Amino acid sequence: MTTEMIGKGAEANVYLYGKIIKKERISKSYRIKELDTSLRLKRTKREAKLMSLARRAGVPTPIISDVDIISCTIEMNFINGKKINKLLPIVSKNERRELCSKIGNHTGKLHSNNIIHGDLTTSNMIKYKNKIYFIDFGLGDVSVSLEDKGVDLLLFKKALHSTHFKFKKECWNGFIEGYSKVYKDHNNVLVRLQEIEKRGRYFVER
Amino acid sequence: MEGEIISLGIEGTADTLGVGIISSSGKILSNVVKNQPLTTGIHPREAAQHHAENMHLTVRKALQISGINLKEVDLISFSRGPGLGPCLRIAAVSARTLALMCKLPILGVNHCIAHIEIGRLLTGSIDPLTLYVSGGNTQIIAFEAGKYRIFGETLDIAVGNCIDQFARSMNLGNPGGPVVEKLAKEGDYFNLPYVVKGMDLSFSGILTAAIESTKKHRIEDVCCSLQETIFTMLVEVTERALAHGEKNEVMLVGGVAANKRLQEMLSMMTQDHGVQFYVPNKEVLGDNGVMIAWLGILMHNAGITQKIEDTTVLQRYRADDTEVGWR
Repeated sequence: MTTEMIGKGAEANVYLYGKIIKKERISKSYRIKELDTSLRLKRTKREAKLMSLARRAGVPTPIISDVDIISCTIEMNFINGKKINKLLPIVSKNERRELCSKIGNHTGKLHSNNIIHGDLTTSNMIKYKNKIYFIDFGLGDVSVSLEDKGVDLLLFKKALHSTHFKFKKECWNGFIEGYSKVYKDHNNVLVRLQEIEKRGRYFVER
Repeated sequence: MEGEIISLGIEGTADTLGVGIISSSGKILSNVVKNQPLTTGIHPREAAQHHAENMHLTVRKALQISGINLKEVDLISFSRGPGLGPCLRIAAVSARTLALMCKLPILGVNHCIAHIEIGRLLTGSIDPLTLYVSGGNTQIIAFEAGKYRIFGETLDIAVGNCIDQFARSMNLGNPGGPVVEKLAKEGDYFNLPYVVKGMDLSFSGILTAAIESTKKHRIEDVCCSLQETIFTMLVEVTERALAHGEKNEVMLVGGVAANKRLQEMLSMMTQDHGVQFYVPNKEVLGDNGVMIAWLGILMHNAGITQKIEDTTVLQRYRADDTEVGWR
């Protein structure tokens, strides 16, 4: 079986062994040891836990086969699809809206179950066959607070503004449509989102 | 030199009044910085008063040092925002006065972009991912598709504000950065809240936790933990932005960039990724007039013009609101 490093993210190296992905949170020389160890361990545990919670809530995620808290490595099945950030610019307008609505839908399901993703950007979502898989839950949390849910939405909105500025409006509208359909408390989160935005240092109406 | 123009820039977004003069070949002729003496946080009206009282002397000093006459200046520029309204207006009114008096073109420029452009000029960095950290700003900015885009930023207070407020509440003096840096060297690390939200950061909760923790920990230990925590957060989001995009350079600018520990951490991180790391020299790291003057030249040479009635200040002027015609 061949081993191949398929990604070097900011915090982890990702290896592919056949159909298995190994995601290893590597140590960083710039962090002092105590902080380095606690961040890697906490995020590894969190990611493993939140991925299984998310799947139970009806949001597709890879299935975890092993977690090693010594090397801070998670083993999961490989989703051989296309990342949403690469997909959005090349699909038709209708498909784009549908994708975003589905992403909103998934996010609504997470929030209905008080799961916070924590890094909701289009590079953390993979389309495979007819499903969109959510990955990278390392910054996530379990929380009932409107603030945490509002920040989750803000992160997605800002990702649209920085990476997909050409279609930010249609994408955002699609997202909200899907989100509102499955999450009954959506209005309160959207109101909170506005408050969070206004708290920012250079808020201008977007 | 043939076709060379000279620009005078006025910086006045916060407690620093700066007047700088630079030529279009990138030669700094003078860089005069007048800081409002402070023992507390900035009071916008008092800072504006300081700028108004010191404006003509500072402009005069800048001209004197540069050895040129006001008549030899070809362009006036000023910091249009983001910043404190009263301070911005003093800079704007002074710039308009000079421009009308000498019949010169005037340009209001974005303060954050000015930091980046003067950094590019002086370090030789071509297309950096910039971490901009100061008392009022905390952003990760990169150039993409015609604009400087913000990839991450603080959701509440700026990192320099977090350090300064902590130092002030512990009576360590103002500005607090250098004192906290010194004390941190003697301290040991303990856990403080670590708040990274995607590419964004939050410092207000850490500030409260740090102040609270002084009841149980030595001040040196709190300084060390505060620095390690907030700098690790900054380096982490910079690293994440680096992993996302296609930049091969990282630049550190703003007042907090003077901190040696932050420089060291970024230097280690960039080495791990095999990318170049740049920090401009101290004279242009903090707020200054030269960077405003230089961005004025870049915009002017790109054919950008502003009518005097369009030179209003913009307190919440975002870097991504500017069309970049000069790159």
